[in-house]
Amino acid sequence: MDMPFMAEAFVSLLRGLPLTLNLAAVSMVAASILAIGLAWLRMSDVAPARATAIGYVSFFRGTPLLVQIFLIYYGLGQFRPTLQAWGLWPFLREPYWCALLALTLNAAAYASEVVRGGLLSVPAAQVEAARAVGMSGLLLYRRIIIPIALRQALPAYGSEIIIMIKSTSLASVITMMEVTGLAAKLIAESFRVIEVFVMAGAIYLAINFMVAQTIAAVERWLSPHLRAAPGSILPSEIAHV
Amino acid sequence: MSNELATRSGAGSSAVSVKDLRKNFGALEVLKGINLEARKGDVISILGSSGSGKSTMLRCINMLEVPDGGEIRIGGELIELKKTNRGVVPARQAQIDRLRTRASMVFQSFNLWSHLTILENLIEAPVHVQKRGRAECIAEAEALLEKVGIADKRHHYPSHLSGGQQQRAAIARALAQKPDVMLFDEPTSALDPELVGEVLRVMRSLAAEGRTMLVVTHEMNFARDVSSEVIFLHKGVVEEQGPPDVVFNRSTSARFKTFLAG
Repeated sequence: MDMPFMAEAFVSLLRGLPLTLNLAAVSMVAASILAIGLAWLRMSDVAPARATAIGYVSFFRGTPLLVQIFLIYYGLGQFRPTLQAWGLWPFLREPYWCALLALTLNAAAYASEVVRGGLLSVPAAQVEAARAVGMSGLLLYRRIIIPIALRQALPAYGSEIIIMIKSTSLASVITMMEVTGLAAKLIAESFRVIEVFVMAGAIYLAINFMVAQTIAAVERWLSPHLRAAPGSILPSEIAHV
Repeated sequence: MSNELATRSGAGSSAVSVKDLRKNFGALEVLKGINLEARKGDVISILGSSGSGKSTMLRCINMLEVPDGGEIRIGGELIELKKTNRGVVPARQAQIDRLRTRASMVFQSFNLWSHLTILENLIEAPVHVQKRGRAECIAEAEALLEKVGIADKRHHYPSHLSGGQQQRAAIARALAQKPDVMLFDEPTSALDPELVGEVLRVMRSLAAEGRTMLVVTHEMNFARDVSSEVIFLHKGVVEEQGPPDVVFNRSTSARFKTFLAG
């Protein structure tokens, strides 16, 4: 292994990091908003609304993200006149917006199931207690249902973020020069596959390590009720008494 | 002081009035025309075997179950219901939310909010539903926790407390709303036998203060000693009703005697 070359490769790959983080962050935020809407449709009393959400989720979970990226980037060109009429063409001819759209639509499908799982995990008895003190509508959601659901959904949501960060590498196939795109370019110039991809992998590993630590910290901060009571003796300490 | 006087002068006026209450679950008729009158200061124990409709009746008063027929008044105010093609529903959610703060509920399995500390559980409804000042609510909540004997647990979460402590916290939470009437739905049935006493002691002290209480219970001693009136439900109808000494000692109902014999 050529250490000086690896260091050089690392520095040039870092230039792709802002785009990787940009794609992951923007699509994750947009997907979260879309996911709430999808979960709402999925849990609706209206059968067509439920069917729409189920259809959406099964399509975007059931087909590869790469195929979705190709469909949007290459496929939408066929509808150029329509998209121009709608004023969407300036966006959808750009690989950045196509990648973002594909990542968002895909992540929303997974995230909507996370949101739904979180909402279903809220104990009915606690919701009933809130109704019994005069809470209803938005107040009930804001004070009781969402805080409890969020705590339940957070671990799964953290996994979603990590999967999303890795998925951004697929944007490289539609010419995006994020970390993986730059790595492919560097290999084409240097023919040093191992060095370059090891460094690219290390960058993803480092980001995801930090994301996982952050999620774990937020989880600890939100869940004091799942830890031992202040001043109580932990089971592990009893053994030493 | 003026508040206390106002409460005293209201003694004897109607707290809860139930007329011809009916409730079905599908084809099953759970309540077949119940009448009940609670004046301010009354402690009414509602007895009955499982399936008699006693919990359903209590839940109707708090509108956790919507009745199919009859009238319910809280403090003289009629709960407005309307018929739709999907059954009977509350006419105005805002009225339900307001009346619910006046008739507060204590559940069999406590139902404290798991993500809030005990103190936060107590101030939740006063601050966010009744829109009272936070500092005032905290001061009152701390006094209530003192009263039910768990002041030292105020910064603990419900999962850190024993069942008896959780139920005392739930009673304090109900009191924090300053309700006109308290509804207890089998408050000691989910507790280990050695924890029942601490909850009953709190309930006895509330009765002694003159609070209006409707208590669905299996605790015969509580019903006998504390209540001003006992109601025995059987299959959705009132089978026996009256002051405890009359009902317990002079009842002629064979069903009630069978129930007492266990």
